[in-house]
Amino acid sequence: MTQRINRRQFNKALAAAGAATALNPFSIVRAQAAKLKVGVLLPRSGVQAGIGQDCHRVVQITNGILGDLGLPGLDILNGDTESNVDVARSRAERLISEGAQLLVGAFDSGQTTAIAQVAEQRGIPLVINIAAAPPITEQGYKFVFRNFPTAPMILGDAFANQLEVFAASGVAPKTAVFMHVNDTFGVAMQKGFTGVMSKFTMPYKVVDTIAYDPAARDLSVEVAKAKASGAEALVLVSRLNDAMLLTRELVKQRWSPQAILSMGPGWYEDQYLKTLGKLADGPISFVPWYDPNKKLARRLEAAHAKAYPDINLNTNHIYTFEALLVAADAFKRAGSADPKALADAIRATDIKDNVSTGPGIQFNAKGQNDKLKNSAIQNRGGKLVVVAPKAASNARPELPIKPYDKR
Amino acid sequence: MPAEIYLNVAASGLLTGLVYGLMALGLSVIFGVVRVVNFAHGEMMTVAMYLTLVLFGALQLDPLVLLVPIAAVLFVFGYLLQRALINPFINRPEHSQFMLLVAVALILVNLQLLVFGPDAKGIRTPYSFDSFQLGPLVVDASKVYAAGAALVVAAALFAFFRYTLIGKAIRACADNYEGARVVGLDVKRLYALTFGLGAACVGAAGAMLMAVIDVTPAIGPAYTLLAFVIVITGGLGSMPGALLGGLLIGVTEALGGVLFTPSAKSMFAFGLLVLVLLFRPQGILGRKTA
Repeated sequence: MTQRINRRQFNKALAAAGAATALNPFSIVRAQAAKLKVGVLLPRSGVQAGIGQDCHRVVQITNGILGDLGLPGLDILNGDTESNVDVARSRAERLISEGAQLLVGAFDSGQTTAIAQVAEQRGIPLVINIAAAPPITEQGYKFVFRNFPTAPMILGDAFANQLEVFAASGVAPKTAVFMHVNDTFGVAMQKGFTGVMSKFTMPYKVVDTIAYDPAARDLSVEVAKAKASGAEALVLVSRLNDAMLLTRELVKQRWSPQAILSMGPGWYEDQYLKTLGKLADGPISFVPWYDPNKKLARRLEAAHAKAYPDINLNTNHIYTFEALLVAADAFKRAGSADPKALADAIRATDIKDNVSTGPGIQFNAKGQNDKLKNSAIQNRGGKLVVVAPKAASNARPELPIKPYDKR
Repeated sequence: MPAEIYLNVAASGLLTGLVYGLMALGLSVIFGVVRVVNFAHGEMMTVAMYLTLVLFGALQLDPLVLLVPIAAVLFVFGYLLQRALINPFINRPEHSQFMLLVAVALILVNLQLLVFGPDAKGIRTPYSFDSFQLGPLVVDASKVYAAGAALVVAAALFAFFRYTLIGKAIRACADNYEGARVVGLDVKRLYALTFGLGAACVGAAGAMLMAVIDVTPAIGPAYTLLAFVIVITGGLGSMPGALLGGLLIGVTEALGGVLFTPSAKSMFAFGLLVLVLLFRPQGILGRKTA
């Protein structure tokens, strides 16, 4: 049987089709707004390539966790800064031109400073994952937010956590030798070290300060000098390669200090743990870290372990994840990808269920999360345990460290 | 500061200096005979270090065993490099030779970056963390073995030049180029052999250094510079001078680091170089040229 369409039915169908066509652009707008375009800038090649790649690992698993939290997914646009300030600036420009509605990055303070200038000029929010130089959030920027501690915050927390570690372990060294890498980061930390330390009643006196070449291939003289100082503890600001060189020399020169206290990278990194095996056990690092007792921290840890079973969750992953969490949370509350609405929403962030140590994620008027706390983590059996602050710990500190010749 | 630290540091500097000396010996041999300054010397050493890394990973053989095949590979590399690339430049102006070898150095560094990346890589031998204690003296076992091997290789090289016919022929070329040609020596082949021997020295030194330090492509230029400092201090073209220069630089750097600040220890090596250039421009064991 054939049905004939009359004029009225035809007109109704035409009107319906016209309305659907007319409304279609709105549905496109809704589809665009369903995902926020986030430009993630990281040093994925060049001298910081290892760290940039490490940060990128968590970018690849973040959308799954955001979905579980009921947050909108993010459309990630990747940008490689090539560990270079000028490239970082041009990549930020390019990502914005390609439609990025928010930027995240960029591990290094110099590169982040350049990206912050671009973000502010273009009126696109930037959520910094890792960068400790204080001036970045002291410029009066309206679109720049940092969920990472500044260098003075890191130093202050390091001394506070050291006191807690000494009290909990019952071992308080009376003398220490301070060794630092002689580069911008190491010298900045060395300059801040004395000033910040004077605000705390530390049990130890620094008997010698030894600076060493960041490109050093042999640190035997440096360790011999440190050993000769007779210090009970070794306080360090180093990087990965020199941390491994220093450990080798400690073993070869048969010197096992009571405590090895690091205020920089290197001593807790996977490569350090894997390369040195049982010789890696013992050092305590005072770093921006995560609270293993937080629900979201456990969720991130599980997702990370599933995706990367051989890699421990670390600072790079935690703060890159939290930067993306801030972006998704702000996008959900703003209900729009409009940069100003996003920036206003980020300013009003109040995430209590987060990963990093401290009360949560909030930003002050300068765009800095000034409530962040650092942790003390100790290497134990190829794993990392949090030993301070007590509220965010999952183990007690073990000092003095086991002598190298008894392992 | 206890006195034993100076003893320990001086011993460490002495042992490292012997390996440095062997590396510089290669440079001195090449210049002494071929009269070409090898600006790719440190880069050739990093080639040897990466070869050690790869062979150690594949065969799990000790670097002190691997130094023999690696020296042989570097010998062939040096021989072919001289025959194919450097020989046409022998009679060209020095700046042409300089640019050629700088280009070779840059190519080697970039090839290493492409293949191995910029990160430091090392090997772990069974004695990597061992040390010997003699009273207050604690010495790194890896450095002792490397220094011992350096002495053996250097002695073999001295014996080769002194007692073999080819060695004597090479010395004849170095002493009198025209005379060597007149008596029928194949000078081109002898030059290539010399370049190969210099490369073998640096290959052996690279294999030994791998037991002591990690390798990155970036250390090549630093070791080229170090080799120059050593041979200029000891006397360019003098084989015993290269070994002596290595020892002096090793000990000076080590003691300078203790007495002043470790981050500025190479300043003392360059200070020594300046003093030698001022008061004995031909180097400590170098011969004065007219």
